Amino acid sequence: MVTKNKKPVSKWSAQVFKTLKDADIAQVSYVPDAGHADLISTCLADDHLKTTRLTTEEEGVALALGAWLGGERSVLLMQSSGVGNCINMLSVIQETRSPLLMLVTMRGEWGEFNPWQIPMGQGTAKALEDAGVIVYHVDEAGDLTETVYAASQIAFNAYRPAAVLIGQRVVGFKDWRKK
Amino acid sequence: MKSNRRITLNRRDVVSNILRDRGDALIVTGLGSTTWDAAAAGDHPNNFYLWGGMGGAAMTALGLARAQPKRRIIVLTGDGEMLMGLGSLATIGAAAPLNLAICVIDNQRYGETGMQETHTGHGVDLAAMAAGAGFAETQTVWSKQGIEGAIPHLYETDGPVFVDVKVNTDRVPMVLPLRDGTAIRGRFREAVLGARAFD
Ligand SMILES: Cc1ncc(C[n+]2csc(CCOP(=O)(O)OP(=O)(O)O)c2C)c(N)n1
Ligand SMILES: [Mg+2]
Repeated sequence: MVTKNKKPVSKWSAQVFKTLKDADIAQVSYVPDAGHADLISTCLADDHLKTTRLTTEEEGVALALGAWLGGERSVLLMQSSGVGNCINMLSVIQETRSPLLMLVTMRGEWGEFNPWQIPMGQGTAKALEDAGVIVYHVDEAGDLTETVYAASQIAFNAYRPAAVLIGQRVVGFKDWRKK
Repeated sequence: MKSNRRITLNRRDVVSNILRDRGDALIVTGLGSTTWDAAAAGDHPNNFYLWGGMGGAAMTALGLARAQPKRRIIVLTGDGEMLMGLGSLATIGAAAPLNLAICVIDNQRYGETGMQETHTGHGVDLAAMAAGAGFAETQTVWSKQGIEGAIPHLYETDGPVFVDVKVNTDRVPMVLPLRDGTAIRGRFREAVLGARAFD
């Protein structure tokens, strides 16, 4: 097992957190993914962010709409599998032409061990694009903060749904030969 | 188990009763019949009408409740719509917003799609589920006195509040509000945020 406790927050998570603050994000909702663990705990520890734990990812799409109707920017964190749970709710974002910022940690795309992650991981970008979401895929950690910032700007200034897919190369995959 | 208790309340009477003294409350309606009910009670810029996104009314209201903690947020939605978003009861229970109330207009049917029976006529108790999710105040209402007693909870009691109102299946005229999603959100945001809506 990977040990979770007392590790320093990964560099990319710390940078993305700062970027979200720079983008005036006030609300964060999430269904956990191991890849997002550091970012989630950093958000939970921040006194000014309003965090919402979801039972399923589509709740976060509706929550983001409500937050923006009330004048607050939000971000929705999920694993690639969760994208499949969002599809119909994304129609509401498209029809109301509202902002939505999603950060999606990828599974099923790079060095994946669990075959059950492949169907949704391989379909993530296509499913989002078909639902009208602007998709950015990041495979270089160095590109991440800039991409998250750019996605936040297109979301909130151009009133569009945007997703940043954080590649499994960035998040790191578990090598199952090294038990 | 199928319930045979007689239901007398009319949905339009119930909704117009609830919205009569709405003050500055913000209303989110679930797709279909509750959107028409709210329109029939009188169109208002503080109404956010959903015409889609089945299962999303309560969560839309939670995002709004967190962004606008000083305003009262009331969800009016159908039993079918609420059943599709049951997880959101857990999410709202855990988030515990003081200013959010959900009112389900429960005809025990999927009215919009041909009056097929829903789970609520077969023993599923939405108010009990909300109570189990940690809602602060929950009740099921069957009568006129019941609704009079529930209205102050919808507007004033610290939330989250959940009221399930059993309504009959009498036909009611279709009353359609704004339909264009961008117009609905633009008008609602301007009502809530003023000029900041267009930032
Ligand atoms: C995801 C999805 N599934 C099914 C439908 C079809 N549909 C539209 S309204 C509705 C029934 C809504 O029932 P309820 O919320 O109880 O409202 P009522 O008309 O009974 O007041 C259904 C199933 C839909 N619009 N979206
Ligand atoms: Mg119904």
